[in-house]
Order: sequence, then C-alpha cells, then structure tokens
Amino acid sequence: MEKVFTRPNSLKDMPMHYCPGCTHGIVHRLVAEVIDEMDMFDRAIAVASVGCSVFAYEYFYCDAYQASHGRAPAVATGIKRVLPDRLVFTYQGDGDLASIGTGEVVHAAARGEKFTAIYINNAIYGMTGGQMAPTSLMGQVTITTPYGRDRENNGFPVRMSEMLALLDGSAYVTRVSVHSPASVGKAKKAIRKAFEVQMAGLGFSIVEVLSSCPTNWGLPPLKALKWLEENMIPYYPLGELKIAAEVV
Amino acid sequence: MAKMLMKGNEAIGEGAIRAGCRYFFGYPITPQSELPHYLAKKMPEVGGLYLQAESETASINMVFGAAGAGARVMTSSSGPGISLMQEGISYLAGAELPCVIVNIIRGGPGLGNIAPAQSDYFQAVKGGGHGDYRLIVLAPASVQEIIDLMGDAFDLADKYRNPVMLMGDGVLGQMMEPVELAGEKEITIPKKPWASTGRMGRKDKRLISSLQIVPENCEKHNIKLFEKYAVAGQNEQRWEEYCLEDAELVLVAFGTAARICKAVVDTCRAEGRAVGLLRPVTLWPFPVKAFEKTIATAKRYLSVEMSMGQMVEDVRLAVNGRRPVSFYGRVGGMLPVARDIYNEVQKLLARGKA
Ligand SMILES: Cc1ncc(C[n+]2csc(CCOP(=O)(O)OP(=O)(O)O)c2C)c(N)n1
Ligand code: SF4
Repeated sequence: MEKVFTRPNSLKDMPMHYCPGCTHGIVHRLVAEVIDEMDMFDRAIAVASVGCSVFAYEYFYCDAYQASHGRAPAVATGIKRVLPDRLVFTYQGDGDLASIGTGEVVHAAARGEKFTAIYINNAIYGMTGGQMAPTSLMGQVTITTPYGRDRENNGFPVRMSEMLALLDGSAYVTRVSVHSPASVGKAKKAIRKAFEVQMAGLGFSIVEVLSSCPTNWGLPPLKALKWLEENMIPYYPLGELKIAAEVV
Repeated sequence: MAKMLMKGNEAIGEGAIRAGCRYFFGYPITPQSELPHYLAKKMPEVGGLYLQAESETASINMVFGAAGAGARVMTSSSGPGISLMQEGISYLAGAELPCVIVNIIRGGPGLGNIAPAQSDYFQAVKGGGHGDYRLIVLAPASVQEIIDLMGDAFDLADKYRNPVMLMGDGVLGQMMEPVELAGEKEITIPKKPWASTGRMGRKDKRLISSLQIVPENCEKHNIKLFEKYAVAGQNEQRWEEYCLEDAELVLVAFGTAARICKAVVDTCRAEGRAVGLLRPVTLWPFPVKAFEKTIATAKRYLSVEMSMGQMVEDVRLAVNGRRPVSFYGRVGGMLPVARDIYNEVQKLLARGKA
C-alpha cells in the first residue's frame, strides 16, 4: 500500500510534551514539512526560545540552539551573520517575542536580518501557568487578570506583526491561524514563503500563528479553537501585512 | 618587528584582529569607545563584521549565536553594560561557548561616572550572573600586555570552551604607549567539533543549549564544568613578581593600581625597605601559587585597589590567616596616589616594628 501521510524527516520520531489539543505540535509539523519540501534539512538551524516550546530543539531534527527568554532574534542574528547561507529560524511564543524580547525582534527586523521568526500567539503565558501575556485580549481572564484584562491596569493587547510590518527591514510579515484545516493549509504556505524570502536574502520575515492553549484558557481543545476563531481573529486579522516589492 | 604608539582600547581591537577574531557585537558606552571605533573601521578591511547592537543584552546573545556557530567572537562594554550581559554570560558558560568579553571598568554603582575604577572585580570573578560558573579573567597593566593577552584570551576561551573576560579601566583604555607588534603570524583556530552549523551531511545533530531539565543531569553538568575549572585553576594562574625575593611587605595590585604601586616599591627600595609587588595577571584563577612563593619572607600584605576592597578577600583566602592583610583603596573614579600608598606602607612598616 502506498504511504500517503508520514512524519516529515525534519521532525524527530518521539512523543511531544505538549498538552492534548495544543496547536504547538501542528506548527512544528508545518515547519518540518516545509524544510523537507524545500530540501533544506541539511542547512536548517532552529533557535528555540523560552516558553512551552523550549524543547522545540528536540523535535526539529536539524541542528539547533536554545536561546534565553526573548533573545532568540539576537542569537539568530549571530548565527546567520556567521553562516549566511543557512536557513535560520526562531520559534517564539508571545511572552517571549512580544514582551521580554520586544527590543530584539524589533531591531532584528529593522536591520533586515535574514532569518525567519515563527511567532506563536496564544494570548497567554503557557509554560509559567497562564499569566496575562501582552497579547491577552481585553477582558480576558487569566490567572493574573482574575477580573479580566482591563485598560486602566493592563493597557491594550500588542499587535506585533502590524508594528513589525512598518519597518523597512521586514521583507515579509504575515498572520495566519491553525484553528481549521483550511487555515492550516494557508499557514504552511506562509511559512514556505517566509523561508523563500529568507533564502533569497530579501530581509527579515515573520509568520505570526494564532494558536490555542486549551490548558490555560480552561477550555477543551475544540472549544479552544472556536474561542480562537471568534475572539482572536477579530482583534488579530489574518493575512499578509507586508510583502517587500522584491518578493514575487 | 614594528614599533608604534597605540591607545589601550585600540590595542584591544588590534589584538583581537591579530588573534583571528572576525566578529564584534557591541553597544556604545564610555570609556571603551575607542575600541568599537577602531573595529568599525578595521573589521571590514579584514573581511570581518562590526555590528552595533541595540543593547548589551542583544550583543551578548549575538555573541552566543556566533560562538555557537564556531566563530571567534567578542563584545566589549563597561559596568552598566556588563551588568546587562550577565544572564547571557551565564548562558554562555552553561552552554560552554568560547568568546571574549572586555570590561573597561568605570565608577559605580549605578550610573556612577565614566572615570577609571576596578570595582567590578566581584562581578567578574565571583559570578555576576546566576548559577555556578567561572570566567577566566585577565587583567593587563600596559598597552603591550593588552595586545599580548588578547591572543591568549581567545586561545584560553577555545581551550576551555568558556567565556574569557579582559578587565581594564579608563586609564589603561585611554593611555598611549609604544607597542611592538609581532609580524602577522599564522593563526590556528582549533577545530570546533561541537559547533552547531547546520548538518551539511553530518550524521549527528548538534545542539547549543544550557538547559538541563533533569536535576541529576544538571548536577553532573555542574560537576563536569567544575572539573574543567579545576584544571584551568591549576594551569592558568599568571602573575608578575616585582622586587619580591626578600619582600617583607608585599603589595598586591592589578592593572592601573599595580602601575602606581610599582612607583611606590621603587621609592621604598631606594630607601632600603624590603617592599615588593605581586601583580595578579589572572584574577580568576587567582594566582595563589605566587602567595606560596612570598609567604616565607612576607610579614604582611597590602591589597591596593580602585574599589572599596574586593580583591582583598581573595588575598585573605590565599594568605589564609598566616599573615595580616590590609587594604588601601580609592574609589568612584579616583586613583590611588603614590604618595598616599607610600604613607600607608610607612604606617604598616612601623606597625611591624612595634
Ligand atoms: C529572564 C526570564 N524571565 C522569566 C522566565 C520565566 N518564563 C519561562 S516561560 C515564560 C513565558 C512564556 O510564554 P510564551 O512566550 O507566551 O510561550 P508559551 O509558553 O505560551 O508557549 C516565562 C515568563 C525565564 N525563563 N527567564
Ligand atoms: S500550556 Fe498551553 S501552550 Fe503550553 S503545551 Fe499546554 S496547551 Fe500548549
């Protein structure tokens, strides 16, 4: 019988530690599939960050780094400047990229660093137990906003991709989601395009992926996907935010 | 052999280039500025990279990436910037990445000032960042020594797969002295069979990481690091002995403070007093072997520092209660004056008689 669905080579054959229904695993798979399809396994370098995806370096079978909280874009800068012909990508959560590491990603984009950030926006801090993230929605109940996120105390959610799209050094900025089979397909296309932009040397690229955290949202997996669709997408609209003129 | 006049900060840059360093990541701060200025100009000439980062936090993490990729890489800063780098330095030590970090120390704490100081001694030799780790710390006292030690700094970093810190102060950084530059020699950068460079056909996967989630493994990792530090501690102690053969009063000082102390020793010797200077060149490992050599004649030690008394603690540990240890220091960007050190020495010598 012909095998029509199999594990991508760029993904190691091992159980993942993510909670049931967590979409981190889907995004890992998409990245690995794209690396395989572009035949880039030998040149790929993954930079894991600090968050639930801290062990991403175990799952991606290519060479890898584990960076300090928020600083993956600086680590990727150092790697890519030494090895300019490699495919370098960071894999960062929203606490990592949009809070503690805001400075690093903004300046990597401003310099037009030729790596790709895979940015998982799940509107919460997963690993540390469900605290408010800079991306948590207005009114969202988290363990540190038990009465809901309010503007007086916590201000407003950060739309990172919109900010990064403004910088001349960003060549490709897009927001996708993984709440439905159709959106997963689009997410994969976006990752491929970002990697192609990187390898063409056009500048910084980032794919923001709206993702679910059933555990800390306190919802069963399917309801979590529905919550994502109904609450996150209206605030974080999907689509390409920046395509540099050189990108075809 | 070419002889030329050079500023200390520029000598750091020249020494780095001669050591085969081709990557510099840093953020501006006084009083080390001449170093990045020099490298911004020179790096492109030798096919290297000078990159001005958005902060010291970013700089040290860029160093992490470049070092992991196998490059000879450095950064440079002064007190406040070095403080910002501490998390990254701890990660570098944990992941066993070689690199060179320069600290041209200024007056502190806080924003302090931009005048010369040695008050970052504790931060450099006792940790600074979190967790159990060590840096190899070098303290040159002349522009010539800066050039020479930069080569050693990169070699030591590679040998021990560990960050090395070169510590100076504003006086050393800014002063001009004649230096002899050896002819460009072949640089042999050791192979790095651990560098994470993309597999490129390689069978094994390489990971650069400081994460050890299983406590048993984390403890093993710490023990392994400390076995490495023990070897470095034995083999890499360096110091200079000045008039120590019969010294009854041993001054202990490094860097700029040691230069001033030398003048004091000369004055005392001219008066027939048995005073000498022990100048640590490695602050970690601290040159305890040198103390064993002096203990037979020494009646007393005096640590002279540009701080409120930091190295004096290591002097006490090395002397281990066998002799009295005193301290004299100026701080906040003030330099110890030879006259005042001399008076202190006179007091101590008189006390010895009583
Ligand atoms: C300097 C530092 N501060 C805080 C932490 C603790 N910490 C670990 S993960 C994390 C939040 C991660 O959240 P996010 O980036 O959203 O990723 P997720 O876990 O949701 O995938 C924090 C604050 C740390 N490891 N280092
Ligand atoms: S805590 Fe949330 S983000 Fe982390 S693995 Fe579980 S579901 Fe995923």
